[in-house]
Amino acid sequence: MPVPVLSSETVSAIRLTVELAAITTAILLFIGTPIAWWLARSRAWWKEAVATVVALPLVLPPTVLGFYLLVALGPSGPGGALAGLWGGRTLAFTFEGLVIGSVIYSMPFVVQPIRNAFEAMGERPMEVAATLRASPARAFWSVALPLARPGFLTGAVLGFAHTVGEFGVVLMIGGNIPGETKVLSVAIYDYVETLRWGEANLLAAGMAAFAFIVILTMTIVEKRVARSGD
Amino acid sequence: MKPLRMLAAGLAALVLSGAQAALAADTNIAVAANFTEAAKEIAAAFKEKTGEAAILSFGSTGQLYTQISQGAPFEIFLAADDARPVKAVKEGYGVEGTEFTYAIGKIVLWSTDAGLIAGEETLKAGDFDKLAIANPQTAPYGAAAVEAMKAIGVYAALEPKIVQGNNIAQTFQFVQTGNAELGFVALSQIAGKSEGSRWEVPADLYTPIRQDAVLLKKGEESSGAKAFLDFLRGPEAGAIIEKYGYGTAAGS
Repeated sequence: MPVPVLSSETVSAIRLTVELAAITTAILLFIGTPIAWWLARSRAWWKEAVATVVALPLVLPPTVLGFYLLVALGPSGPGGALAGLWGGRTLAFTFEGLVIGSVIYSMPFVVQPIRNAFEAMGERPMEVAATLRASPARAFWSVALPLARPGFLTGAVLGFAHTVGEFGVVLMIGGNIPGETKVLSVAIYDYVETLRWGEANLLAAGMAAFAFIVILTMTIVEKRVARSGD
Repeated sequence: MKPLRMLAAGLAALVLSGAQAALAADTNIAVAANFTEAAKEIAAAFKEKTGEAAILSFGSTGQLYTQISQGAPFEIFLAADDARPVKAVKEGYGVEGTEFTYAIGKIVLWSTDAGLIAGEETLKAGDFDKLAIANPQTAPYGAAAVEAMKAIGVYAALEPKIVQGNNIAQTFQFVQTGNAELGFVALSQIAGKSEGSRWEVPADLYTPIRQDAVLLKKGEESSGAKAFLDFLRGPEAGAIIEKYGYGTAAGS
């Protein structure tokens, strides 16, 4: 087999994938934190129902999400209305559409670890902060967030990695546009289907190595954090 | 524990015998996505006539070919081009001398919007946001669409607006849902529709899409597979094929 070189197509797929995963992770940390905080502290009887909705993408086939997203992003759905604001007619086949899909798809992977970290912390630190006359906001920023840091780290890493590994949803709503929606997993699929196995091999091996490093690093970091917490 | 185990063993035996029976009688056929509707009707007519069942799997021609090369249990391959059946024979997956053209495909530019497509001018004006085609690398209908756009001289201008369906069925779905305003689909997919607007791309703008069938090595000994291929060549299947907007080697 000839030694495959990274084609410009491949390079653009890699860049696009990293961008998508980074933006998705940033958005998820931003909106996932208040959700996780609420899920960890609220005593509302229906909070587990909300937690279940957040967790649904864990078990739903990507085709279910892909189908609903395709309709929702399209011209007769809310996505089409949103796109109309800047003169578009659909959010399907756009990078923005992929971001929306990825945020929903990867949300449980970010919210769950952060919620766990908030819960593990217990009520005590916030109470102590309150007796020291810290405002709830101040206590949140300077007490809760630092204490929950391992949860944020795990959530961010898992959210990023899971978005990189997304395939079914992108295949259904992406339209395979180079530089816009053709992410790594779809590029690999394309290479396999067109029998360009040299390139497929290279990317697939890269993805496997990436996943290995991510999971191994996280396990090591978690162990170290657990030990330093003793 | 014991009754449970007996039940499990009984169930397993039942399932296995069922699978055995299915293996003996049914013919697994890989069908290019554009031929979906026609193939279903042909399989139904085939079953009515012979009592034998044909199990159809749909996908893009490239995708199906990859699966065949990896030992997929198909006995017949109905491709959307005449290159891959030849390749299948050359690489040892197909039975030599069994290839024949079962249909000649036509592409059509189609939109659900009744006022959108006037003809070639619509492509030249380019007054739309997204144009759907099938992936030209795996789907012959996508390759034909690219060829036609190049022939008209609009491909370079339209390229940024193109979205690719993974096969012609997904391409059709993109247009049907309105996510793309228009797209190049197979004439067979809209043969029964009257709504929307369309432009049948003149045959001189692209190489005719000769869709070839081939008997695969897995079906070499199967009487069902041979019977299906004979049926596909026959006048009843031919009438169905023409009804869906294809040309046939005999008819055109």
